Amino acid sequence: MSRTITIDPVTRIEGHARITLQLGESGEVADARFHLTQFRGFEKFCEGRPYREMPALTARTCGICPVSHIVASNKACDDLLSVTVPPTAEKLRRLMNLAQIVQSHALSFFHLSSPDLLLGWDADVGSRNIFGVMRLHPELARDGIRLRQIGQTIIETLGGRKIHPTWVVPGGVSEPLPAAKRDSILALLPEGLEIAKRSYAFFKTLVPRFAEEATHFGTAPTLFLSLVSPRGHLEHYDGMLRIKDADGRIVEDQVPPAEYTRILGEAAEDWSYMKFPYYKPMGYPAGVYRVGPLARLNNADACGTPYADVALAEFRMLQEQGPVTSSFHYHYARLVEIIYAIEMMERLLKDPDILSTRVRARARSNRDEGIGVSEAPRGTLMHHYRIDDDGLITWVNLIIATGHNNLAMNQSIRQVAQAYVDGNRLREGMLNRVEAVIRCYDPCLSCASHAFGAMPLLVELRDAGGQLVDRLGRG
Amino acid sequence: MSESGPKRITVATAWLDGCSGCHMSLLDIDQRLLELAQMVDVVYSPLVDAKELPGQVDIGILEGSISTEDDLHKAELFRERCRLLVSLGDCAVSGNVPAMRNLFKLDEVVDRSYRENVTTHPMIPVHGVPALLPTVRPVHGCVPVDVFVPGCPPHADAIWYVLCELIAGRTPDPSQVTRFGA
Repeated sequence: MSRTITIDPVTRIEGHARITLQLGESGEVADARFHLTQFRGFEKFCEGRPYREMPALTARTCGICPVSHIVASNKACDDLLSVTVPPTAEKLRRLMNLAQIVQSHALSFFHLSSPDLLLGWDADVGSRNIFGVMRLHPELARDGIRLRQIGQTIIETLGGRKIHPTWVVPGGVSEPLPAAKRDSILALLPEGLEIAKRSYAFFKTLVPRFAEEATHFGTAPTLFLSLVSPRGHLEHYDGMLRIKDADGRIVEDQVPPAEYTRILGEAAEDWSYMKFPYYKPMGYPAGVYRVGPLARLNNADACGTPYADVALAEFRMLQEQGPVTSSFHYHYARLVEIIYAIEMMERLLKDPDILSTRVRARARSNRDEGIGVSEAPRGTLMHHYRIDDDGLITWVNLIIATGHNNLAMNQSIRQVAQAYVDGNRLREGMLNRVEAVIRCYDPCLSCASHAFGAMPLLVELRDAGGQLVDRLGRG
Repeated sequence: MSESGPKRITVATAWLDGCSGCHMSLLDIDQRLLELAQMVDVVYSPLVDAKELPGQVDIGILEGSISTEDDLHKAELFRERCRLLVSLGDCAVSGNVPAMRNLFKLDEVVDRSYRENVTTHPMIPVHGVPALLPTVRPVHGCVPVDVFVPGCPPHADAIWYVLCELIAGRTPDPSQVTRFGA
């Protein structure tokens, strides 16, 4: 008899999802699916809105990484204006984008995933959360809270608020940076760097304990997609698209983001509100690729900052040869990127040009179509708009970081479920491991549901005829 | 989480159709999270692993509007089991951005995403996903709400004020600390 296990909702992820595991005749996992259960409809309901509203509107796809949408949306608007953003404005936008990398990665690592890593996959369900970490590892919990606070405070200092700031505008930013604010941000960075380095050093000591998980948590070969700078370095704001394969060969390089439709396609399935982007030359569903911190570090030739480059060299040693393929190491990559972001923010703030008051290019719309691409904490983010002669939106397509990972996340939960879940002897810890591999990707389902849905996680057991046999609830 | 001793105040939170920004603003109380953990047990939330809402909860907090059958079911369950129900943020209080789809027919909104904006495999998700309601509504459009906290998102200080008042057994006046679009 085959059955289905449903994990609903998937917890300690950002958004609503459920997971279903189809079991075969003898209780082994035959297939697994990650269902996004929220749908927003931005691609339609933005129609008729003035393009200048798009940054504020699309920020509301996600309260976790609103700055990513604000950046990508404003870049699409820059494209509509056909302007070059003043150099200082670009640096200021980079600064805010990096501050968000810090706060979002801190949230993922400390608030959401550290309970698994510190308390264990099989720890008591009632305390396996950030509050449990506060009790048992208070210093680490304080570090996590403080690191996220530093990122959020920098965003607030620049943009006036922590969530949904409106300071980035088409053509640049609305206000230059006063010296006092620069100094107050600079004063936060040494503490942030200390916490980041301390957390990284601590996590390195934990990694060997998870050798077994690392071999099962999403190791199937995929491509890796990210932006890289013109020199091939780590890049989060601009640059060109690069794709590497699982053996480390570069298969696409220096692809202008505006040409994304040449290499990427999107498919739909009738069981998830999240669409399935794929690499076009390999077709659907074979063209699986991953984005986000793991892909960015695999693709980058270097970080370009001192401590992060040391950490990058250590990251590359996680695997004997080729790119780091286990999705478990997203956590590691995230900690490296926090170090990089803090080092890079310091460099930007010490640029003598950063206080320049030339921060905005002004124009009306000069083009019918605009594309803006940047790296969100979770991966490459694409905003694509068309407008009419009055500057009103006629069409929108968004490809969200979490969406790019959809095929890979489904592949990963299948692998983890097949390694750990025994349908005849179901235990909660087995299912938490399936959720934990999803947490590696740090999916943002609020984002991914811009077009699709939110995701609760649910485990159901169904027989071969599709009849519900068992359903695992917790709490 | 749970601790022994006198009965502690229990809090449950959920996000319906929103952006998670209100929950992030709740996390923006930063070090006060440690104080909060001293005062209450968070028994159900996206931040903890419980999969079922307990039978009785003191304070229920809902972010987001009601857009799917799941959202509706969750709002009804929260109302039934929570002594006090808080509508947190503009989506919960007014429908806000999610309700912008009400200006279009649901079919048009869905077709744009799953039939028009795809390269291959156009199809509408129907299996394993909750059905979409034709009209997006604020929480109080479906169930009675006790406390309204507007803002997109409400500031962390406003959320902290409301929580402290409720924990102390007083009635908060959120209009003192937040407003629509704040």
